[in-house]
Parts: sequence; structure tokens; C-alpha cells
Amino acid sequence: MKYMLLMYADESKGLQTPEEQQAHAPETWYALMDEMKAAGVLVSNNGLSPVANATTVRVREGKALITDGPFAETHEQLGGFFLLDCKDLDEALRWAAKIPSAMLGSIEVRPLWSPDA
Amino acid sequence: MSATTQIEKTYREEHGRVLAALIGQLGDFELAEDALQDALVNALEHWQMDGVPRNPGAWLLTVAKRRAIDRIRHLAPLERNALPLDPESIPAPQEEPEMDDSIPDERLKLMFTCCHPALALEAQVALTLRTLGGLSTPEVARAFLVSEPTMAQRLARARKKIHDAGIPYRVPPVDLLPERLDALLAVIYLIFNEGYAASSGDILTRQELCGEAIRLGRVLVHLLPQSAEARGLLALMLLHDSRREARLSAKGELVLLEEQDRTRWDSHKIQEGIAILDEAIALRDPGPYQVQAAISALHAEVPAAASTDWRQIAMLYDTLAQMTPSMVVEVNRAVAIAMARDLQEGLKLLLSLEDQAENFYPYHAACADLLRRTNQREAAADAYQRAIELCSNPTERAYLQRCFDTLTDSVK
Repeated sequence: MKYMLLMYADESKGLQTPEEQQAHAPETWYALMDEMKAAGVLVSNNGLSPVANATTVRVREGKALITDGPFAETHEQLGGFFLLDCKDLDEALRWAAKIPSAMLGSIEVRPLWSPDA
Repeated sequence: MSATTQIEKTYREEHGRVLAALIGQLGDFELAEDALQDALVNALEHWQMDGVPRNPGAWLLTVAKRRAIDRIRHLAPLERNALPLDPESIPAPQEEPEMDDSIPDERLKLMFTCCHPALALEAQVALTLRTLGGLSTPEVARAFLVSEPTMAQRLARARKKIHDAGIPYRVPPVDLLPERLDALLAVIYLIFNEGYAASSGDILTRQELCGEAIRLGRVLVHLLPQSAEARGLLALMLLHDSRREARLSAKGELVLLEEQDRTRWDSHKIQEGIAILDEAIALRDPGPYQVQAAISALHAEVPAAASTDWRQIAMLYDTLAQMTPSMVVEVNRAVAIAMARDLQEGLKLLLSLEDQAENFYPYHAACADLLRRTNQREAAADAYQRAIELCSNPTERAYLQRCFDTLTDSVK
């Protein structure tokens, strides 16, 4: 059975305490990943670019509605994900509009975290 | 014209074209904007001494390219790797910039990028004015009554998203073009309406916004000559703008279409608007902007309000309601029917919209006007009162108050 662990945190909060700074340090993350790999549980992991770069797609009456920002209605839960390698945002949005659940809920499209962002 | 004024004028005229070409060559929105900003600083120094060059656009592009290469060389290796190209691949700047024709016109790509639906609408508007209009950040901030840091942040965030989320720099492919063009036209019309609203804002800034929207509309018609709706929008804006002088009295009070001094309408703008609308209609691809421009043209063509062809206007609102059904269109359609056929029939139709239009002040103002015309004074006074409560625009509220006062005075 595979599990997707989604990490939620307040982006706007700074790193105030030493513990918080420790939690942000790359070494802490690498250590955990090594531990998971050694245990044979790690399939794939990655961070996401900040929500400021998120775009949401909904399909209503056959039309794709594209809006800036993350999906914010809290009464819907994350039901799965696709990780795609696309040329640009328009290609990713096109695929997002093809996902059947876009007609019921919405698809948040977020680029993966990258070092230059 | 002083050197500084001439530099400013040149800068505004050339900004969009130079920036669009620069983004095309550098492949990076932020870098291109920063480099163009550097080039402008250079231009201020040089042009004040030597005068504005023969081809200011080419001059700016050449210098901006050099500044971009300097900037890339000073970047840390990690940041440099993140750029889509290496500095060696940037076309070498020419020592003696040639004719302006040497700059490829890539403004259409820039327009579509700035108006990409993945950006918030307010960011689309701000970015379009900043990059294509060449308005400074403080100018854009003033136009939308927000503080300069807020506007700077809005623009920075939009640029960052274009880069980080991979918003493409291109004219959308055929299957995406219609909806993306709709979004682009909507942004231009929004800029126009922001300027046209008779609000308490700085009148000069507002006129500039209308002028900017019309200029953008012209550029779009030039770049997309086959788009009937681009022409429709340009015609609509010109026809509305032709009444600018007549819309406010000497005291700054709002004057409605019916009561405007038609000799103060700008006949050049009316003629141009109608000619452009004719070109649009000849393309045989009808759309809501063309219909609205046609309605506006019917008002513009007659010398007195009494000879307005309301029957034709009511028919055009029927068409518009089919194309873009909305409560606002229905309110206007009801008024046109009242004026064209029968006041009672129009009023009945209008009152049937109450549930949807309850919080829309022009609805209550329209009800009040029709009630007044049908001698239902008390009901009319109530409707004016409701409109006044809902209206947040001081100039329009003052107008409604005057209507209310006139009505209640005559009752006494």
C-alpha cells in the first residue's frame, strides 16, 4: 500500500526558534530521506514551489476555468496526484483540464520546487 | 518640448515594443525588465546631452542587451544556470542601431503573457499597463488608488509567477486563442472603464487610462487584423470616449446621455469609431463588443436624444442577451424596451429582475426613472433612495440625490 504524505505548513511564518531553523536545514531532510531509503519505504518525494505560483483549474459545462492561486475551499480533500513533465504551464493546464475530477472539484497545478525560484 | 519630456514620450511609445523584443531574445521576463530599466537610466544621461537618437527604440534595445549581458555576468553561477540561455547566445548588439523596423514586433506575445488567466485579474491589468503602456509603478499605483509598495509587490509577484510557474511567452495556439483573446480584450476594456468611471479620482490619471486602453486597442487591431472583436472593442471605446467632455457639467456633476450637450461630443472619435465598427462587421464574426459598439453608435449618430432609434437598440440588447446572458444586460434590455415600445411593459420586465438585481444600484436607478416617467412618484422616490444607499461612486451618488430632490420637491 502506498501513502502520499502531504506536508502542510504556513509559508509566511519565518524561522524564529533554533528548532525551526534546525527543521529547515537541508541536513535534517537528507537524514530523514536516508533513513526512509534504508527502510525501503521511499518511493518518490519532492517539495513544491510556493503557493504564489499555484494555478487552479476547474471544468464547468465543458469549459476550463483557470484562476490564480491555490485551491482554498477546505471542505474538499486532496484525493491524489499526477506528477507530469511538461513544456510550460499551458501544457500542464491542458492535462489538468482532462482529469475527470476537474468536473467535480478542482485541480491545483504547482511547479515542483526549484533552486532558482 | 524639453529633453526630459521628449525622453518620457519616446520611452512610453517604445517601451512595449522594446521590452517585448528583449524578452523574446533573453527568454526571461524579469531580466528583460531590469535591463530595460538600466537602459532608460543610460538614455536619460545620453539623450539629455546628445539629443534623442534617430531610432530611439533600436538604441534602447541595443543598450538593454548590453546591460542584460552585464547582469548575467554578475550573477552567481547557480542563478546563471537557472536562466534559459547563456549570454553568448544573445544576438550581439549592433554598434550603430539601424532602422526601427529591425525590432521585431513581439508585443502580441507580451500581451498574451501579461493577460494569462493563471495571473490574478488585478495583476494582469497592472502588468499590462506597466509593460505595454510603459507607465511607471507609481503611475499604475495612482490609477488604481493603491499604495506604491502594494503595487510594486503585485507586479513583482506576477513577474515571479510568470518565471516560476512556466507561463509561456507566445501567441496561444489556435485552440486556446479564442478564450485567451477574450481575456485580453476584457483586460483592455477594464482599463478603459477604470478610467471612464466618473469617480473622485485624479481626472488626469483617469483620462490617461482611457487613452492607454485605446492605444492598446489600436496596437491589438494592428497585430490581429482578422479579429472582429478586437475592432469591436476599439470602436466601443472610441464611441464612449467621444462623450467624455459632455459627461460632466462645468461644476463636475454627472450628466446622463439623454441630457448631454451633443455639440460637445467629439465628432472625430465618433466617425472613427463608426468606421472601425463597419470594418469589424465586414469580417462577419459577430460578438458582444461589436453589438455594444453598435448600440453606442446608434446613440452617437443622432443629433437629439428624442430621435434615438430605441427599437433598434432594444433588438441589439436581445442579441447581446443571447451572446452574453447576464443580469446587467437584462436591466439595459428592459430599459430599451420601455423606451422603444411601452413604458409599462419595460417597467414590468425590469421589476421581474428584482431578485437578481437587488444589490445593483443602476437597477434601482433605472426603476426610479421608469416609475417617474409613469407618474408613480412615491415608488420612484423609494427607488432613488435605495440606489443612493447602494452607490459608492460620489459623482453618481450626487446625481441620484439631485434626481431624488427634484422629484420630492415637485411633490410638495
